[in-house]
Amino acid sequence: MLIRPAADIVPSEITPREVYLNRRQLMGAAAGVALGAGLPAAADAAQLSAVKGRFSTDEKVTSREDVTTYNNYYEFGVDKAAPAKYAHTLKTVPWTIKVDGLVGKPAEYALEDLIKSSALEERIYRMRCVEGWSMVIPWVGFPLADLIRRVEPQGSAKYVAFETAYRPKEMPGLQSAFPVLDWPYVEGLRLDEAMNPLAILAVGLYGETLPNQNGAPIRLVVPWKYGFKGIKSISRISFVEKEPPTSWNRQAANEYGFYANVNPAVDHPRWSQATERRIGEGGLFVKRRPTVLFNGYAEQVASLYAGMDLKKFY
Amino acid sequence: MRAQGQPQAVKFTLPQVPKIAIYIVGFIPAVWLFYEGINDRLGADPMRYLEQSLGLWALRFLIATLAITPLRQLLKINLLRYRRGLGLLAFYYACLHLLTYLVLDQGLDVAAIVADIVKRPYITVGMATFIILIPLAVTSNNASVRKLGGHAWARLHRLVYLAAIGAALHFILVVKSWPPEPLVYAAIVATLLGYRLIRSLIKKPQPRRRAA
Repeated sequence: MLIRPAADIVPSEITPREVYLNRRQLMGAAAGVALGAGLPAAADAAQLSAVKGRFSTDEKVTSREDVTTYNNYYEFGVDKAAPAKYAHTLKTVPWTIKVDGLVGKPAEYALEDLIKSSALEERIYRMRCVEGWSMVIPWVGFPLADLIRRVEPQGSAKYVAFETAYRPKEMPGLQSAFPVLDWPYVEGLRLDEAMNPLAILAVGLYGETLPNQNGAPIRLVVPWKYGFKGIKSISRISFVEKEPPTSWNRQAANEYGFYANVNPAVDHPRWSQATERRIGEGGLFVKRRPTVLFNGYAEQVASLYAGMDLKKFY
Repeated sequence: MRAQGQPQAVKFTLPQVPKIAIYIVGFIPAVWLFYEGINDRLGADPMRYLEQSLGLWALRFLIATLAITPLRQLLKINLLRYRRGLGLLAFYYACLHLLTYLVLDQGLDVAAIVADIVKRPYITVGMATFIILIPLAVTSNNASVRKLGGHAWARLHRLVYLAAIGAALHFILVVKSWPPEPLVYAAIVATLLGYRLIRSLIKKPQPRRRAA
């Protein structure tokens, strides 16, 4: 049993836990819901037990409030406050992920079956949005590579394609007469990128199960890439031979590439990527900080792109 | 124009409020935004919220300025005396929007700002729009109307149409994808300008009529 009641949680020391736990209790939500055999009921955040993982930054973590109220999740509206308001309608229990394509063990997996043999880890990662802001987020998750190995991709599989759940009844953004993107949201990674130990599937943040607005019940986190690569509420993972389509690339290919690696030297055509604003830092008087190649994770991922022209493969 | 005795079109008259009230009411959003901003109540990204809100208010006041004439011509609602105030409010909000960008967003980093203006279409358009508004604000007084003469003054102030197009375009260019809000504003601007175009096309061949 990996997901357990409060007893042996690794506390995020940097986290003002008391603060939000108090607020939670005031709001009437029970903290530390016992889970029994399965995943928590949708609306209740439950404690996750996790060990400290590798690659965590010691930078100041963005407040839980900011991480959970400032979200780009267009299935629930284009306003950044919209997901926190409307995402509660998404039913995340039960949840299955279809694994298909060039893979040895294709199946419709129950979420708990996919994560049960992986130890959950806390990974405190920087997150850089393509819009020029950034956060530091204490994710709880497990290496994507663990899942990939378990489903045994075939030798011909070169890419991993991901798909977000398509639930018009639960996602108001999908009901719009003028869709902002082609739904469902799709993303992809090269197989070697997906196997990189930095890439995780997150099922929680701040020591608890993921809030819906952050992509519950399971989402991709690839911290060296712009945030939009971190596909939320994953319902399908396909192993394919050719580079799969990705939502923002389809929307504007000259602005959003397949790779979308954080790179201060490659501007978005309409704005500079040289600097970023760290959310929660300085309020109105926030100072821009320089953006770092691969979001500061060059040591782990630069070799993936050796010999590639990053201006061409943006 | 209308012969006596014929039924008059119903004329909606508003109680006249002092012009200063337009400025007082018009500045409420700015004061509120700065107050909330100082107290860190503008969300996770307060600088961006302030910047965008001030820009949006500039566009709203620009639209209000452009709405005065159609309201008068189509609905007989005469708000002409407030038009100067609304136009100036658009200019003041554009100033605050620009100042927020220059000081709070870019931290007066001249190199970054110049690069933005040259390389970023939405900044180029925004800056051009602001520059168009300057002569309009400067000549928005009775002395200028007299000095330029009514005809030349009116021609100069037709630049406001260009400014409205620039402002709407600036908004569309800054967002990702095609979310509805900037498109709605652009549609309003297009309607207000399209109305003038169509009216000018219809009215052009009109022969001069003199009262007998």
